[in-house]
Amino acid sequence: MLPARPGIGFKPEHFPAIVQTRLDLGFLEVHAENYMGAGGLPHRMLTRLRQDHALSVHGVGLSIGGPDPLNEDHLARLRALCDRYQPESFSEHLAWASHGGEWMHDLLPLPYTGETLDIVCDHIDRVQEVLGRRMLLENPASYVLFEQSDIAETAFLAEVVRRTGCGLLLDINNVFVSCVNHRTDPRAYLADFPLEAVAEIHLAGHATEDLPSGPLLIDDHGAPVAEPVWALYAETVSKLGALPSLIEWDNDLPPFEDLMAEAARAGRILDALPQARHARAS
Amino acid sequence: MPAHRDFAQAFRQGLGTGRLPPGLTAPAPEEAARRFAVYRNNVAHGLIQALRARFPAIERLVGPEFFAAMAREFIRACPPDGPILQRWGGAMPSFLQEFPPVRGLPYLADIARIEIARGQAYHAADAEPVPPEKLRAAALKAPDTMRLHLHPSVRILHLACPGGAIWAAQQPGGPPPPPPEDWGPQSVLIARRGWHEVTVTVLAASDAAFTEAILAGKSFAQAVRKAQETGKKFDPVSALSSLLQAGLITGETVIQEGDQGCPT
Repeated sequence: MLPARPGIGFKPEHFPAIVQTRLDLGFLEVHAENYMGAGGLPHRMLTRLRQDHALSVHGVGLSIGGPDPLNEDHLARLRALCDRYQPESFSEHLAWASHGGEWMHDLLPLPYTGETLDIVCDHIDRVQEVLGRRMLLENPASYVLFEQSDIAETAFLAEVVRRTGCGLLLDINNVFVSCVNHRTDPRAYLADFPLEAVAEIHLAGHATEDLPSGPLLIDDHGAPVAEPVWALYAETVSKLGALPSLIEWDNDLPPFEDLMAEAARAGRILDALPQARHARAS
Repeated sequence: MPAHRDFAQAFRQGLGTGRLPPGLTAPAPEEAARRFAVYRNNVAHGLIQALRARFPAIERLVGPEFFAAMAREFIRACPPDGPILQRWGGAMPSFLQEFPPVRGLPYLADIARIEIARGQAYHAADAEPVPPEKLRAAALKAPDTMRLHLHPSVRILHLACPGGAIWAAQQPGGPPPPPPEDWGPQSVLIARRGWHEVTVTVLAASDAAFTEAILAGKSFAQAVRKAQETGKKFDPVSALSSLLQAGLITGETVIQEGDQGCPT
């Protein structure tokens, strides 16, 4: 289990700063697909980081929400990566990225239907079987809706949890982005969310475009966490107690101190929680 | 009826054509296309960035705007076929050879081959170099039965153009490009030194033949003969020394009778 403290997404640019200073960090998170070469610097750095930090491996390439069977070669690589580094957590996305042998390398949205629910549950069963561990599934940021969806996203996630036993990675920026984009209330979404299954939180920045009907938020991981997202985060952890909380910043990387300032802000919110809730059983 | 398969097919095609997949909607339905465009842009941007990271010298040679336009054509022609982005792009040399707008730049394909090999070398398995003294003695004692093992990152490329010199000229602070009188085929050795420094070294034809024979599992003596067959000047001691000094020899084994590559 990851420590219920702030963590950051690891960027190679930050390697010297991370190993040279004594950081108040609960964990580091890496994208699985960046560590699938045989050797060289990526593994050298990750091996070094692993000595000092808890680790979350976050996959972006499994295409759990896609119609095709999971890529077994890729699953084997994930298994090897988890065997090698023994991360405290493995997570992936409620999204799809490939179809018919072609990979789009983006987190694409899926309609929520009985059929896609079966597919997603089968895929998660397979992941958990191959990895021999419980995985976390992350809620998506979305820009469109589908008329064929007949299950709410929150109900879909709750049913996935019930059937597969997986945990959830609650990305609060994604909640905010999706709800603003779909003109719904993020607090209502969170009220319906199967919060008891949440084992990690993601926080990130987004960009804003103006459409005639109102704002369109883009989940670009290229800015500080927005104020309304901090507010939703504080409300969520005040309900659930402290959780591992990741600051994701993948584009337009800031100076390392700015990233750590975001992590420190999450840390202050966690520190302000009543002590009793720190000991929340998982 | 596998509706999800049809949906994914339509969505994937729509990423290229802009046609909305069935059922796609938004709170203000007239904005659906603008919202779908977020996915179209994200996919294109992500893939173009991946190609930029893999082929930086190509981008410097043709300029960022041309590179982005060419990358879009490449994405259409040779989309990623696997979940690991850093392994994508192997078709770039043949794509560049066939792409009409760069017909006047025949060396681009060779530069792409160098950049692909550099990426492979960067991610190649780790192996410790052997101490030079130990190896020199063994090589001189039994050259017919000694087989050298090179670092897993080592690759030899035979290029139609002076690709190694052109690549070097494209590096920040690199030497000037090769003069026209030096234009001709070139062989290069690509290897990782230590943890992350991937070097591109221009080799004489004889040194390239020597290294290639070692990579193919030939004995030291056979590799020397391959080098001599090129008809170019070749000094086995200095060829061995440069591989040793670069830390690219990671072991030696004695070839047993009956082994592949055993001298007869």
